[in-house]
Amino acid sequence: MIDSAQPAADKNMLTGAADAGGAEAVDARDSGGARSSRFVGGVLLLVLAGMWVAGWLAGTSAEDMLSLTAWGVMLGGIIALGGIGLTLCYGVLKFPNFAHGEFLTLGAYVTYGMVLVLPQSNPIWRFSFGWELVVGLLLAAAVTAIVAIVIDRLLYRPLRRHQSPLVLLAMASLGMEFLLRGVVYLIWGSDFHFYYSGRSNPALYLPFGLRIQADQFFVFALALILVALLYWMLTRTRIGKAMRATADNPDLAQVRGINTEQVIAWTWSIGAGLAAIGGVMYGLASQMRPDMGFVLLLPLFAAVIMGGIGSAWGALVGSIIIGVAMQLTSAFLNPAYGPAVAFVLMVLVLLMRPQGLFAQR
Amino acid sequence: MDALNLLKACFLLVPACLLGCLLFSRWRWRVRLPAALALGAVLAFGVAGWLPGIMDYLVSFSIMAIIYSILSLGLNAQWGYNGHLNFGVAGFFAVGAFTMALFVTSPPSGLMAAYAHQWFGLDAPYLVGMAAAGIMAGIVAYLIAQPILHLRADFLAIATLGIAEIIRLVFQNERWLANGPQPMSGIPQPLSCVFDQAGCGWLPEALQSALSVMQPRDYSYLYLAIVTLALAVTYAVLEAMVRSPWGRALRAVRDEEDSAAMSGKHVKSLRVQSFVLGAVVIGVAGALYAPYMVTIDYSHFKPLFATFLVWVMLMLGGSGNNKGAILGAFVIWAVWSGTGFVTDYLQVALQGLAPDVASRMSFLRWAFVGLLLALIVLYRPQGILPEKKRVSRFIDGEPER
Repeated sequence: MIDSAQPAADKNMLTGAADAGGAEAVDARDSGGARSSRFVGGVLLLVLAGMWVAGWLAGTSAEDMLSLTAWGVMLGGIIALGGIGLTLCYGVLKFPNFAHGEFLTLGAYVTYGMVLVLPQSNPIWRFSFGWELVVGLLLAAAVTAIVAIVIDRLLYRPLRRHQSPLVLLAMASLGMEFLLRGVVYLIWGSDFHFYYSGRSNPALYLPFGLRIQADQFFVFALALILVALLYWMLTRTRIGKAMRATADNPDLAQVRGINTEQVIAWTWSIGAGLAAIGGVMYGLASQMRPDMGFVLLLPLFAAVIMGGIGSAWGALVGSIIIGVAMQLTSAFLNPAYGPAVAFVLMVLVLLMRPQGLFAQR
Repeated sequence: MDALNLLKACFLLVPACLLGCLLFSRWRWRVRLPAALALGAVLAFGVAGWLPGIMDYLVSFSIMAIIYSILSLGLNAQWGYNGHLNFGVAGFFAVGAFTMALFVTSPPSGLMAAYAHQWFGLDAPYLVGMAAAGIMAGIVAYLIAQPILHLRADFLAIATLGIAEIIRLVFQNERWLANGPQPMSGIPQPLSCVFDQAGCGWLPEALQSALSVMQPRDYSYLYLAIVTLALAVTYAVLEAMVRSPWGRALRAVRDEEDSAAMSGKHVKSLRVQSFVLGAVVIGVAGALYAPYMVTIDYSHFKPLFATFLVWVMLMLGGSGNNKGAILGAFVIWAVWSGTGFVTDYLQVALQGLAPDVASRMSFLRWAFVGLLLALIVLYRPQGILPEKKRVSRFIDGEPER
């Protein structure tokens, strides 16, 4: 991704310099004083390129940097699975759901419980997991979706009925964050877990010295497929269109005969289901910890805000930028600072374009 | 009542009298002061006389509750009076605590230097450290406020959550700054010489010999007096500020931003001011926390203890009401400590049946507090003591206090 990005960024800057007289295409600001999304995208790619060079100068070989970039794209896929649900909920329900990270945790742990119970099959192809993980993943997505709908019925719907301000909903979701995390701690304890501890998961050798695990391919491919499916759903199906209409204007949607409560239930189940799958992918790529959802929460929000709230494609692009940035900086920075990198990128975008890259209006 | 308990009761007089002043705030000072003194004396000597066994626990409980009260007051200045959704209380708290620690300790020397690192150690007086803690927290808040504060309210929540996490990561990973993941220990306690064998030197001989009954482990009685005074000063300053025209402007900005701007209030600047003010108060709470703990490390500043509990306290007590903030802090800290006993009991009870599950019982409290916040938001978002909307004390006729 970076390979193609670097020249693109350079070109962008060049045109920016060339247009300086006219200064409309790239340097333009809209009525609110925000930069155009092309400009912001160019700056972001430049920042990524700068990280690449910094890692290279810090003594990491170009091949390793390439591998890091590829892993970053995979991590971006995981973040995207969580982020798309978050951006949908944010767009339709109009509040930041601070409990979204816990849906990832819950999905990962429910799958873990299923894998322990289900009969084990041999690993599929070069992957480290068997069919039981796939079955468990689907069940976990369903369980997480049900949990999300139950929380909505018991907590968020009454708040919506009372016409509570956005901040109260955000606060309630923070409460749910701690409730869900407490439950995960209670059931599974605070230890680290692996789906298959002790099973080797060798990386494949690819051209250009790339070393990528088969699992990582699976993660990214699944993320892409799910995002494409979601895009199809949002643009082609009745419920998807209803969802976008509700996000746009809930009152008008209701007047036009859309059952907004049903749309909201769908939003929760899709968002939580995708997040659960993302959590399983994260558990597969590294390990499961009860606080993994909270650690991922900041990158999730950074990706959503960067892409523009309510935009599924925006969340995907933002997630990949954040994922790549988090991996690239680990070449010269303590990897623990990953959330900080995501945060800095988010603030950068907010400074230039508060509505995000792919703002709907 | 023996001499030791009598002395302890004397120390308890300070918080008890201040509590009286707070409770009787409706009365005039001429009536209020004697009443508060009487109530304080009854409370302090009553506890010392009847329940000497629980005194030590009561003191350590109150110190933490008071530190939380100051946190809650700081958050109230941000959320209650100006509507800032600050989910990063822990960050400012940590900045305050570590600044205090760095200012008042001396740099490690000799053998310790090999094990403990810190950026600097000034060996400064406590008040200097406290001021520095407030200023540092204020600077951090100002820097966050610049890019974020004028955007949507929910962006501030996300940004402050992130900043708090980053500040914790910095204190966890940077060894040169404050000893990395290892704790920073040996933070000296203010006026701790009073109970030492050697004595303070500047204290009159008679007082020193009278106090010699108390051991260094009874230091928390003195510290309780110190934190209570700090709380009283914070409360008085904040109350004066929010009752001033400035405070009314803050509330106007919170409720009707456009009208406030139309009336000539500088909305953006007012919002930054209140955010920084709240952060300074939170930083001061951190400065009080560090010497009490003696040893602090990054794990003290996790979101549950340092952000989330404070939010539950403020929401329960009543946002926009400083008395409510203090009440909420005491109630929630009591609930938190009380559920600690329950989970300990459950742990013992389950030990025989399922040792695995028993060790996790402490996490029951997380779920409980999360549920509590949801219930408060759902059923009583205005809190126990709701905000009093009052334009001026001269309109109602009877002057306040």
